[in-house]
Amino acid sequence: MRAPERIQALVAFVVKELRHILRDRQTLTILLLLPLAQVVLFGFAIRTDVNDIRLAIVDAAPDDASLALRARFTGNGRFRVVATAATVDVLEPLFRRGQADVAIVIAPGLARALADGTPARLQLITDASNPNTGTTMQTYAGAVVRAWQAALPGARQGVTIEPQVRMRFNPTLESVNLFVPGLIALVLTLVTAQMTAISLSREKERGTLEILLVSPLRPWQIILGKVAPYLLLAFANVVTALVAAWVVFHVPFRGSLLLLLAASTLYALVGLALGVLIAARTESQRTAMMGSMIGTMLPSTLLSGMIFPIASLPWPLQLVSNIVPARWFIVIVRGIMLKGAGVVHLWQELLVLTVMFAVLFAVAIRSFRARLA
Amino acid sequence: MTLAIEVKDLTRRFGDFTAVDSISVDVAVGEVFGFLGANGAGKTTAIKVLIGLLAPTSGSARVAGFDVLTQSEEVRKRIGYMSQRFSLYDDLTPRENITLYGGIYGLSDAEIRARGDAMLNDLGIMQVAGKLVSTLPLGWKQKLAFSVAMLHRPDVVFLDEPTGGVDPVTRRQFWEMIYAAAARGTTVFVTTHYMDEAEYCDRLSIMVDGRIAAMGTPAALKAEFGVSSIDEVFVRLARPATAAAAG
Repeated sequence: MRAPERIQALVAFVVKELRHILRDRQTLTILLLLPLAQVVLFGFAIRTDVNDIRLAIVDAAPDDASLALRARFTGNGRFRVVATAATVDVLEPLFRRGQADVAIVIAPGLARALADGTPARLQLITDASNPNTGTTMQTYAGAVVRAWQAALPGARQGVTIEPQVRMRFNPTLESVNLFVPGLIALVLTLVTAQMTAISLSREKERGTLEILLVSPLRPWQIILGKVAPYLLLAFANVVTALVAAWVVFHVPFRGSLLLLLAASTLYALVGLALGVLIAARTESQRTAMMGSMIGTMLPSTLLSGMIFPIASLPWPLQLVSNIVPARWFIVIVRGIMLKGAGVVHLWQELLVLTVMFAVLFAVAIRSFRARLA
Repeated sequence: MTLAIEVKDLTRRFGDFTAVDSISVDVAVGEVFGFLGANGAGKTTAIKVLIGLLAPTSGSARVAGFDVLTQSEEVRKRIGYMSQRFSLYDDLTPRENITLYGGIYGLSDAEIRARGDAMLNDLGIMQVAGKLVSTLPLGWKQKLAFSVAMLHRPDVVFLDEPTGGVDPVTRRQFWEMIYAAAARGTTVFVTTHYMDEAEYCDRLSIMVDGRIAAMGTPAALKAEFGVSSIDEVFVRLARPATAAAAG
């Protein structure tokens, strides 16, 4: 077959694929609205920043200094004092019943210790049953203590030197800023890996794939024809997610849009190759769907750093996370969106994705051919 | 005699199981060849080797003058295939299916339009050319699928149980289409479970347990077994195998 005919055959195939997608209105609507719905839902519902922190105060012997510190907490909009007591005994039941999130324990003689310059003892206790919000609450409480310390008269400053943590790039700790890159990864995974796997395994199940394989089409034409329309859909989704994030949550966009779209294309190609691979290895639509769910969606959500920081995973999972494409893609998107990073900073992640694509695509084409052996 | 299909000692194994056991078949150009056998006899596996979906374990096969293993691309251009399962896209219209397959086989837009119009007219379904295939009755769908498999005017067309579940009238119309195709010089290689259809074939073979147990014209086979119908020939050949399997 000559080159123009190859192109013509490919075009005919892509047109057919577009018709499938356009004809299935329900699925198309869901796919197009998905990024919007996810950004809004995740943005509003699954926020890890905390506003109403329930605080218990244990102050055995109140004095000027401890009252000043307590005033710092009560004056801060984020904290709500639920209990004030003289002994730590009250804390255990409060935490157990989930009535307090954070407790501050002030040892007796705070004012004198400050005057003498001897070490003052303060203890912060946080309910860390949810490690993410726990860390955040701890950080807030620590910030209040530091602010109080910084306002102490002259010589008393810097009695204790604490490491200063500045929240760069996300100074207000807006969790939505961290979610949006993850959501883009998730939507792309769904549209590319899962939809390709489903649509290809549907052809397999219905027997139309056999007809295509018997035709002069080559495996790469079938694969390319299958994935091209979904690539387009993926583009639409990335743009929707970005616009939704910007309009609804004012998520900043500091880097190059072009680079982000290029990186998204690369990531979409990885997902598409994965989808083809899953379809080639499974016998039915249903298995392909479960396979892509477990093989792509779950790791993209849980092992990518989207919700749980990679560093907080147990080490075996940290190792596994290295082969999750979303993990690298999220670093890229966060870098571009929140830090304005360029290729210079992100080349390693881009390289990892490129290698992943090359390997997956080669394996996908092979397993496609293996059917014929 | 020019051969459309030449199969020599073709074997296909899956692990320890020999699905096709050293079969040899020659089919002449323009012949309607019936490829019979009980379920599981190896017909579909043999067809898959002939159309390039499976590689032979040993032996050779040439279709339309080209080796199926080494010249599969040349073979693909020259064959049509209609599988047991419905081979058109349900969520596309007849016209869209025609456009797709025309494009895949490298026909020009003008050719696709002209052949598509002629086909839809012959089938008498021009009025539903724009409706989804899923809304058509099964008989129409099967005839349309056959016509689409013939769209690029293949040298050889493989039909794997094309009339399964179709009513007798439509089956007869279907066979008229097969004869018309053969008259235009297309070789037809067809499997079926309907023994009355087997009688329509120029020649046929009966596969039992991966081997070809009998081959010849319907008349010759009936004479050889001293029976009055292909149905009886089939039952005689297939029964020992079934009995052995059951025992």
